[in-house]
Amino acid sequence: MAIEQAIEQAADGPGGLRGWPAGGAMSGTALRRVLHGLDGVDEVGAVARAAALATRSIKKDAKLWALDAAVRMIDLTTLEGADTPGKVRAMCAKARRPDPADPAVPPVAAVCVYPDLVAVAVAELAGSTVGVASVATAFPSGRASLAVKLADTADAVAAGATEVDMVIDRGAFLAGRYGQVYEEIVAVREACGDAHLKVILETGELVTLDNVARASWLAMLAGADFIKTSTGKVSPASTPPVALVMLTAVRDYAQMTGHRVGVKVAGGIRTAKDAVRYLVLVNETAGADWLTPDLFRIGASSLLNDLLMQRAKQLTGVYADPDDFTVD
Amino acid sequence: MAAKASGRAAPAKAAPPGRGQAPAPAVPAGMTAPQGRWDYAAAPESTEIVSIASEYGLFIDGESAPAADGKQLITLNPATEAPLAKVALAGQADVDRAVAAARAAYEQTWGPMPGAERAKYLYRIARALQERAREFAVLESLDNGKPIKESRDTDIPLAAAHFFYYAGWADKLEYAGFGPDPRPLGVAGQVIPWNFPLLMAAWKLAPALAAGNTCVLKPAETTPLTALLLAEVCQQAGLPPGVVNVLTGAGETGAALVAHPGLDKVAFTGSTAVGKEISRAVAGTGKRLTLELGGKAANIVFDDAPVDQAVEGIVNGIFFNQGQVCCAGSRLLLQESAADAVLDRLRARLSTLRLGDPLDKNTDIGAINSAEQLGRIRELSDSGDAEGAERWSPPCELPSRGFWFPPTIFTGVSQSHRIAREEIFGPVLSVLTFRTPQEAVTKANNTPYGLSAGVWTEKGSRILWMSQRLRAGVVWANTFNRFDPASPFGGYGESGFGREGGRHGLAAYLDA
Amino acid sequence: MPDTKPADGRLCVRKTYKLFIGGAFPRSESGRSYPVRTPGGDLLAHAARASRKDARDAVVAARAAAAKWTAATAYNRGQVLYRVAEMLEGRAAQFAAEVADAEGTSGKAAARAVAAAIDRWVWYAGWPDKVAQVAGSANPVAGPYFNFSVPEPTGVVAVLAPAGSSLLGLVSVLAPVIATGNAAVVVASEQRPLPAVTLTEVLATSDVPGGVVNLLTGLTAELAPVLAAHRDVDAIDLTGAAPADRAELERLAAGSVKRVLIADEDWAAPPRPQRMLSFLETKTVWHPVGL
Repeated sequence: MAIEQAIEQAADGPGGLRGWPAGGAMSGTALRRVLHGLDGVDEVGAVARAAALATRSIKKDAKLWALDAAVRMIDLTTLEGADTPGKVRAMCAKARRPDPADPAVPPVAAVCVYPDLVAVAVAELAGSTVGVASVATAFPSGRASLAVKLADTADAVAAGATEVDMVIDRGAFLAGRYGQVYEEIVAVREACGDAHLKVILETGELVTLDNVARASWLAMLAGADFIKTSTGKVSPASTPPVALVMLTAVRDYAQMTGHRVGVKVAGGIRTAKDAVRYLVLVNETAGADWLTPDLFRIGASSLLNDLLMQRAKQLTGVYADPDDFTVD
Repeated sequence: MAAKASGRAAPAKAAPPGRGQAPAPAVPAGMTAPQGRWDYAAAPESTEIVSIASEYGLFIDGESAPAADGKQLITLNPATEAPLAKVALAGQADVDRAVAAARAAYEQTWGPMPGAERAKYLYRIARALQERAREFAVLESLDNGKPIKESRDTDIPLAAAHFFYYAGWADKLEYAGFGPDPRPLGVAGQVIPWNFPLLMAAWKLAPALAAGNTCVLKPAETTPLTALLLAEVCQQAGLPPGVVNVLTGAGETGAALVAHPGLDKVAFTGSTAVGKEISRAVAGTGKRLTLELGGKAANIVFDDAPVDQAVEGIVNGIFFNQGQVCCAGSRLLLQESAADAVLDRLRARLSTLRLGDPLDKNTDIGAINSAEQLGRIRELSDSGDAEGAERWSPPCELPSRGFWFPPTIFTGVSQSHRIAREEIFGPVLSVLTFRTPQEAVTKANNTPYGLSAGVWTEKGSRILWMSQRLRAGVVWANTFNRFDPASPFGGYGESGFGREGGRHGLAAYLDA
Repeated sequence: MPDTKPADGRLCVRKTYKLFIGGAFPRSESGRSYPVRTPGGDLLAHAARASRKDARDAVVAARAAAAKWTAATAYNRGQVLYRVAEMLEGRAAQFAAEVADAEGTSGKAAARAVAAAIDRWVWYAGWPDKVAQVAGSANPVAGPYFNFSVPEPTGVVAVLAPAGSSLLGLVSVLAPVIATGNAAVVVASEQRPLPAVTLTEVLATSDVPGGVVNLLTGLTAELAPVLAAHRDVDAIDLTGAAPADRAELERLAAGSVKRVLIADEDWAAPPRPQRMLSFLETKTVWHPVGL
């Protein structure tokens, strides 16, 4: 509630929100006023709400729906120093056709790789519906000059990435240099061209849910298409309360501006049960409109096979063998 | 509601033109959402674990027996109106027998027993409640109509926790701050309500037994079954006969019990009107009395509140257990500068509540406990319409059988409206506004009740300022409807006297 | 009427015994008085015979004073009460004479009773900043919440003072009420009210705010039902009620769910904190503990 007032005030004032709502020039002072005018988040209450939603019991058709939806929402990811073209090609095959034995299983939303492997993935996925996402901006720490970050982004886009997962400068954010974080996102957004921008908040380093809410709004104001929890390289990665706060932020942002920003959860989501719980959070926080790969993604790797196993169980009534599914 | 609602309303404004956000990304064909809305399938908890007998007797002196005059009452499943069982209706002769059994047990076994031994019996009961938790939960939801998620996650675990907590006091009473050698009172007559049947039994029995008293417990007319299962647990725990007696019955049974000259102590939880009657009945007898009565709690939300958590607290405050809670946050006091924003989010949140089968694990709102209670809720809600308040409920299809009432919000309520003053004891929220903290306190305290209050603000000093001034036995700041065996609970003013829970709860059962 | 200093032959000035309401000394609005005699039947004075309306006024005065008295710091309340003890000490001889007259005891016994009353007042004067530590608690709940319980004054307490012990008994029932931050409406011993009136003269010149203690003299059986039924009285101490009247008074008190105390005591015995606890409400506050 205070946010509308803060934004109005900030827009009217010197160095105000010219060009708001997205990507316009904003002074650090105006940003501070906006971000610190957000509703506080009571951590205990948010944790309790997330825990309550985790008790939803998703059965039968609803479970099958959720398992399929989760497959479609996966950004199948490999982000290792040991990644090779071979590894990426194998993953792309899995992404196109997660279960060779069952053509009814949909492809995943995208694969997610480092920039130098984007070209491999693009070639492998040609003609498919699967997008190619690349991390960029000195992933995962983001500790590089803006020039390097922009070059990193440009590389990925030039190689054919349709989606860019950037990291914010957590150091600048925690030091209160919101203007710098904002400008970087705007610049990367520019460098993305038509590619879809996901902004990684790395909530495990932001620590408080108030910071998660502020970083979410900062990224949305700067023009993010998605806000994303984590790199997967920092613990804790995505948690249900963090997702709850981010889903609340996109809901409120949409209500204010009419624009829907997506949410991507990433890191440590390995079981179908976890994935379904996130879908419940989406359904009952941002709302059913967000239950689409356009607006919700799950960054994961081993999750996919667990979804397939649960799917098979749901369809056949028989518990599956992990070796029924391909390991890539 | 949830199943029917079409999710959140579409955003009012279109995306702004110009640079702004990029247009929606080009989504490759095929990368679309799965077909249709996501409706949660029914997820009913199995009733297999519970076997309900066709008839139940009274539990007197360690044994089950029919009422002396053979009278019975029928307890219903309020979600379906189907009869669950016939239960004995205790009369004066049964009350006499139960009190005599309790007296004998007090004098011969329980009174003289060392506290450490009493403790072990209570620990046994606590453990048995945990072991049979699901059975108790299903039975509670069947008999009461509350959602299984509440009986499973709140009522039953808290009941077990209460026995655990007080078990540990039984051999430490001399350190409880009531003198070097506090004595039990004797025989306690305990009359409990239907909103938390097992939990209220635990609140009454655990401290009384720990302190060395014996008990005659009278569960509510509409919810006798878990108390009877608890009697079975007591029996299986080897509790000496007569220490706990359970007299099922109606209002007359309770009246006969509290009037019985053989009692040393009367404890009652229920309506303020009945509490006053009991108080008059006990007058001049020298019986000790504690009362936990009604409430009309103010839940006060400031404009700097953590709004989403406050909305959860508002929902929990008035829709937990269908609002059939004495400490329910039934008056929402919104700071006027934030009222519209909070109400918008509250309405959106209510649209996600799931009303229906209490045994469905995804049900948020269950059935109203009885036709009588439903009638009271309807009558008071209708007075809200008549007095000019504005009623709102989310789109909501009520089951055709059983006792149901939709989650309801009244806005435009003023202090003089009946729905702002009288306890509705149902899922009905009255919304009022205030401008300053002092006005909030004044309005919150402008009631004969004083059981609980809620305060929502991110400003610590204001929380403490408010907490000092609110005339309520429990103040929940940035939370609501939390309970714990270590936390004293009870009211100011016409919400009763005495505390249940914590060290303070022992005082009600000790001659200090 | 005994003259206090008959030896010097001077004609002494007699005192008019009035009510004490809101810090002032009115006569009964009814204009009534009643004779107060020694146990031996000698007339001591005519005391004001308070009416229902006087009782009502006293409750209004108490309610008005309660908020401020409650809000005073516990340390301050202790200081104020200790000051009362100092002033009682200075008037010990006067109290002893009045107690001896009222109770028909020897001067020595009366002096002992007055000394005990002063000591009792001192005992209670030390309690305001300690009772919360004895009656309050931090509660270890199973969850991420800080939870504490604090005792708070219940508000306005009506006190029927013991019939027999005119000063020690009165102090024993009054001091615990105000030490805990409540405001009191006291009905003095019907037959032995004069030491109570003199106590109010001490209170009036002490730092106890007007209205915190209000004293009615008169017929207990006439005043008690009014106070027991009064909806703006939060608690009532029926210790001074005739045993035969207590049940009816309890029934009247039930109408507004009053806290009722009936606790006959040997006033000469050492006091215990229980009387104070009877006029305290326990408030429990929860707050989340989080980042």
